[in-house]
This record gives sequence, structure tokens and C-alpha cells, in this order.
Amino acid sequence: MRAMKGRVLVVDDDAALSEMLGIMLRGEGFEPTFVADGDNALDAFRQTHPDLVLLDLMLPGLDGIDVCRQIRTESGVPIVMLTAKTDTVDVVLGLESGADDYIVKPFKSKELIARVRARLRRTEDPAPEILQVADVTIDVAGHSVKRDGDPVNLTPLEFDLLVALARKPRQVFTREVLLEQVWGYRHAADTRLVNVHVQRLRAKIEKDPEHPEIVVTVRGVGYKAGPA
Amino acid sequence: MEAAGRTTAEPGQAGLGGFARVAARRLPPAAAHGLWFARRRAEQLAGRLRRRWHSSLQLRVTCTTLVISAVVVAVLGFFLAQQIAGGLLASERTTALMQASDGLTTAQGQPGMQGGVAPSPSALISLAGTLQAASGPRNVFDVVILTQGADGLRGVIGDQSLSQSLPGALTREVTREQLRARSDVLYYAPTSLVSADGHSRQSALAVGAPVSAHDQLYYLFPLTEQQAALRMVNTALVGAGLALVLLLAVIVSFVTRWVVVPLREGAQAATRLSAGDLGQRMPVRGSDDLAALARSFNDMAASLQDKLRELEELSHVQRQFVSDVSHELRTPLTTIRIAADILFEARKQLDASASRSAEVLQSQLERFEALLADLLEISRYDANVAVLEAESADVCDLARRAAADAEQLAARRGSRIEFRLPPGRCVAEVDRRRIERVLRNLLGNAVEHGEGREVVVTVAGDRDAVAVTVRDRGVGLTLAEQQQVFDRFWRADPARTRKTGGTGLGLAIAMEDTRLHGGWLQAWGERGKGSVFRLTVPRGCGQELAGSPLPLGPDEAEPEAVLSLAGDDALPAAGHPGVPGAAGAAAGVVRIGRVNGLGAAGQAAQPAPKATAGPAPGPGADAHG
Repeated sequence: MRAMKGRVLVVDDDAALSEMLGIMLRGEGFEPTFVADGDNALDAFRQTHPDLVLLDLMLPGLDGIDVCRQIRTESGVPIVMLTAKTDTVDVVLGLESGADDYIVKPFKSKELIARVRARLRRTEDPAPEILQVADVTIDVAGHSVKRDGDPVNLTPLEFDLLVALARKPRQVFTREVLLEQVWGYRHAADTRLVNVHVQRLRAKIEKDPEHPEIVVTVRGVGYKAGPA
Repeated sequence: MEAAGRTTAEPGQAGLGGFARVAARRLPPAAAHGLWFARRRAEQLAGRLRRRWHSSLQLRVTCTTLVISAVVVAVLGFFLAQQIAGGLLASERTTALMQASDGLTTAQGQPGMQGGVAPSPSALISLAGTLQAASGPRNVFDVVILTQGADGLRGVIGDQSLSQSLPGALTREVTREQLRARSDVLYYAPTSLVSADGHSRQSALAVGAPVSAHDQLYYLFPLTEQQAALRMVNTALVGAGLALVLLLAVIVSFVTRWVVVPLREGAQAATRLSAGDLGQRMPVRGSDDLAALARSFNDMAASLQDKLRELEELSHVQRQFVSDVSHELRTPLTTIRIAADILFEARKQLDASASRSAEVLQSQLERFEALLADLLEISRYDANVAVLEAESADVCDLARRAAADAEQLAARRGSRIEFRLPPGRCVAEVDRRRIERVLRNLLGNAVEHGEGREVVVTVAGDRDAVAVTVRDRGVGLTLAEQQQVFDRFWRADPARTRKTGGTGLGLAIAMEDTRLHGGWLQAWGERGKGSVFRLTVPRGCGQELAGSPLPLGPDEAEPEAVLSLAGDDALPAAGHPGVPGAAGAAAGVVRIGRVNGLGAAGQAAQPAPKATAGPAPGPGADAHG
């Protein structure tokens, strides 16, 4: 755990936008670093150890989706995608490659800052808490998840999602409620975020993601933790 | 007898319907029913035949050929039979006349025939025997001699019954000739032989001539062989004619089939082609007219396919272009936006004009963004790439969310948004984002043009559909405007300044969103009375809409109901039995209570009559509001 939560890596090929993002982020107390193409993004990521990555989807060289996958192979750091496309395919592809959240251009400064803060927000010194769902054990303070004693590597977002569900087992959460609790959206947002991340979470913790036992779909309503 | 039989049968045939009616009146019910049923069946059969006749070219051509060829063959056969019969008779006549002439010569050559004295009966008998002997074993003719003795007595030499068969006209002619003492002229006439028992008749040719002043010689040639031959010819003619006609019908049927089958194939191919199967082609056989048709069809299909492919490519290019433009425009716009945000935040440190500029920049950027977003949305519809992401959603819930978005604007304009929701959920399979956007657009519109008066949102559902109406009491719409209101960039009144800065595309997009659901979006309005926009979507995705659970137009129950709600509770709203469905829905929902903003869910749990069922509750029911 680093003491300061403010390093943001901006991966964007548009110099003007990068510059303005930099001004804005600095104004909000963050510490931005920049990289202009996809090929150098991973190196920059390794060097700067950012707390959050702002990633443009369309980049020269490796595109945003590839960069996202690369970063995900070695880190669970929050990734927020900047995209000019709102079509389902693009958004879902971006989320499936591992992005935690996305924001569509053009966006308001405040909106972006809110998303960044939501992703960086962590409960300071959480009380020791152990949650159990089926054969999955969650150590909330230690940020670790074990299934049958084997550690499972979750990103912070996936961890938050699982904790939110596991804290109230058998209670059904609508996608909107999850968006508010986990992503910090106060307003109606894209429920595809929830769907994609539930899939990713299941792929990691379920024995058979096709027949989930830990995160169960309640048709027409939402999701809940624990057996049906 | 036959004729008599026919005359009695005729009236019955002519008035079959009348007979059936009379019978029906007299018959017991079961029989009458049977008769009715039979008539019904006959009508059905006739109908089926008529349809078949009109639908099948093959049947029509074959039947027409059959009828025409039958008439032609019948006429030809008739004349042919006449000719043959005439020919046969003529040759028989010649033979008969020659035979009779020979006989006459022989008779006149007999001794005792020349004199004025009547020959003795024995001489006549021997003469008849001699002449009859020439007939041969096949008995080609019979000889009869009529004699008149000196005593004036008439006698017949030969078969007595045969003399009965001699036609009177012939004997009179011969007698007249006899009196003129001429004996070289032969007379003939057709006759019929009456057999001994008087029953069977046999056509025959009678030839006669005076032999002497006393005696007349007659030959009777039975036409047995000729008749048999004629019968045979007739039978053969009828048989050949029938065979010819049938053969013709079969041939025509086959030939038509050769033409019709490719035509049918062509029609099927065209149907499939028009249904979207562009790879559909007709088989080309040989190089005849049908092959030419098939080739032309295939050429047409191919060029159609090419054109469509071209269009598809164009559309793809267009889509790519829109996508690129979207990206290219959005990135600098984002930069400008952030810069404007920073300026806006810092406007207090700027001087008055720069500060105001930052504000204007901010608001106009917002408008520009909205316009860009709407344009991209419309272009997505134009490129046909809009995808429906349907899921089960509570339309009441969507309406509340949309209203929450419009609340701020409504507060600014002094409007209040009121709800009339049915008890319980109103679930339909819809794309939440799109339906919420439609409702947001309708609400935004209603608030903007509502002149600060209340806006009423009504939701109702029936078995097949869910409807939402948004009612405002603002400027309203004219009849023409009801059509135009969904046009792109159409403005209600160009002279009016727009205060909310809508893009002018909201309702056009709402219309597209609705169409994507297979739903209806309709407008009603009247100048000065406000307007109603009604959204109707089917409960299930892809279902056809048959009707809407809510009426489109001003709800008659509304004014009082709203008045009583807004003002004095003691004022009971009148139940409107005249419009059971509409009034029932309104009154039923009013009972739930006026709902403000998002606080609706709790109150909606109160028991209330089903929105669409039953008559309006009595007066006073609305006082619960």
C-alpha cells in the first residue's frame, strides 16, 4: 500500500488532450504522467507504477484494448477507458479486456474526476472482516480471496464487487444498486459494466462459470451471492 | 311419352331454388338442415372451382381448348357423316336403277307383255321368279309386280307385305306414267320396309316402272348394308372425334405445363428474391422464349445484387466515416471542453467580459455536444446499425427516472410533473436506455412547451402492450403540426426563442427508438389546449401492436380530476360513464394518488381497481387523491 494515491498514467496520442488532462488532474491534486502511444505504454506503466491508468481506446501502435490486456496480466490497477465510441461492441470489448470503467468523449471535467476518485477511493484501514460464500473466503482487510484455501487474484474492482455481494448474502442486488455501491455512480449508468465484470469475476472464482454458485443471476432483477 | 315426360320435368328444374325453399319450409328441421348443408357444400365447391379457374392458367387454357376443339370436331364430323351417307346412297341408287332397268328390259322382252292383253298370272309369277332369281343368295332386292286384271281386280305378285311398303307417291307416279303408256321411265323413292310382324322397320329404296298397260314392276332394295356401313362410319367418327379432342386437351395441358412450370418457378424465385434472398436465380434451359425470360430475370437479380452490394459498401463506408468523424470530432471537443471547464471554474478571477465569455462558451459547448450526440444517434439509425438491447423493465420505473431528469427543468419553468401510475409493475421487454430517452424527450418537450402548467404522465398496460402518455396544457399543436412534430429540426414556432436549447432532433430520435421496438409514438394537440404524446410498446419483443391501452387525446375526466387534486379536495370529480375504458383508467389511477417525482413507489401499493378494467368508480372515488 502506497501512502499517496494520486499517480495517474495518461495514455493518449492527442497531445492537446493530454495537456489539458494534465492541467485538470494537477488542479485536482493528482500527479499525471503521459505516454503517447500503445507500444510504450507498458514500459511507462512499469516505470511509473501509477495508481490509475486513463487509457484512450484508439492509439497508434498497440490499441487501447491490447494495452489494457497487457497491463492486466501483471496488475489489477484501476483502468478507466476514454472512448469516442458508444457502440455496444466497442464498449463491451474494452470492458472485457479488463477496464474497470469507461467514459465517453466528450466528457465533463467533473465527471472524469468523479470517476477517477471513485476508482481510487478505498476505505482507509478497514476493520478486520472475514466473509464466506460457499467455498470462497474473503479477507476484507487483507484484500485477499481464497477458494478452498487457494488464493485467487482479483482486481480491486472485482474485489469490491464480490465484497458488496458477500456482505449481504442472499440479498438480490439490482445492477443499478451495484453501479452505485461499487462504481460510485449516483445516476443511471451503463448496466453493461456490471454484466461484464460479473462475468470476469465468475471466470476467476467459480468452479464452472457456466453454472455459477457464488455470484448467481436472478433473472429480471440482478445478482446475489450464495446458492440460489 | 318422352315429350310428355320432358314437359313435366321442366318446371322442377327451372325453379330448383324455389323447390328447395318450399321443401325446407315443409321438411322437418333435421332434413331442412341437411338440405341447407348440401347447398352450402355446393356453394363452397363452386367457390373452390371458381378460384381454381382464376388461379390456374393451365386449367383455363386446357378447358378452353377442350370446348373449342369439341365444337369444331362435332361440326366437321357432322358434315363428314352427311357426305359419306349421301355418297353411299347415291351409289346404291345407281346400282338399283341399273338393276331395275335390266329387270324392266327383261320383263318387257317377255312374251305376252307387249300386247294389250293382260298376261296370265302364271306368266307374271314366272316373270317375278326370274327377276327375283337375279337377286342372288344375298337377296339384294325384292321384286313386286302390281297387276290389274282385265276385270279391274288388282293383284300383287310377290310378297304381300312388301306391297305395303311401297310409298303411295311412287305408285301414283308410276300409275300416271302407265296411263300415258310410257314404259321407259324409272321412278324411285326412299321408303321403309315393314316386317311381317309390323314392328321393325328397315330403310329401303323403292324403284318402280310400268311394264305394260296392266302391270307395274317394283324393285325394293333394302339398305341394310349401307346402314350398317353408315353406323360404323358414324361410330368411327364419334370415336375418332372424342379421341382427337381428348388428345388435344392432353397435349395442350402438357404444352401449357411446359410454359407454366417455368413461369411458376420464376414467380417463386421472384418472391424469394423480394423476400431478400438475393442469390435466387431461375434455371435456364435451352434458348427459347422461356430461357430468355429466365436469363433476363437472372440478369435483373444479378444487377440488383450488385447494386445492393454497392449500397451496402457505401453504407459501410458511410458508417466508418461517421465513426471516424465521431472520434475525430470528439477528441478535440473533449480538449475544448476541459479547457472551457477550467476557464469556467476560474471565471471569478477574470474580468467581467472574459468571465461572461467563459460562461457562454460553457453553455454553448453543452449545446454543441448535445447536437453532436443526437446527430450521431440519428446517423446510426440512418446507417441501420442501431441494435435493440431488450430486457424486462418496469415502464413505470423508467417513467419515474425520466421524470427525475426533467425535474430540474420543470422546477425552472414552474411546472409540476404528476403521475398516474397503475398499481404494481408494468413490465415490458424494452431497451431501457432507449425508452428512458424517449420518455425524457417527451417530458422535456412537455415541460418546455407546457407554459408552466402541470405535466401529467400516465402509464397503463394491458395483456399485449404498455403505453405512456405525456400530457401538457401548454401552447398545443395544430393538426398539421401533429404530423410535423417528429420531423428533424422542426420547430413549433420559428418566431419563438428557444429557452432550453433542445437540438431539434429529440422527437425524431424518439420516433426511431420507438420504431426499433415495433411500437407507436403519436401526438395529439390542439391550439391552446396543450398536447398529448403517447408511446405504446408491445409487452414482448417483436410482437405486433394491435392497440394501445391508453387513448390518444384529451381525457375528458381530466380537467375536474386535476382541479380537485390540485385545489380543493371536497370537489368530487365526475365519473364519466361515457368513456368506460379511459375514464376508468384515469379514475382508477387517480385513486392511487398524485405522485410527485420519485416518491411514487410507496403510494402505488394501495389497492386500486385495475387501470383498464371495469367502469368508472362513482363520484367521490377521486377524493382519495
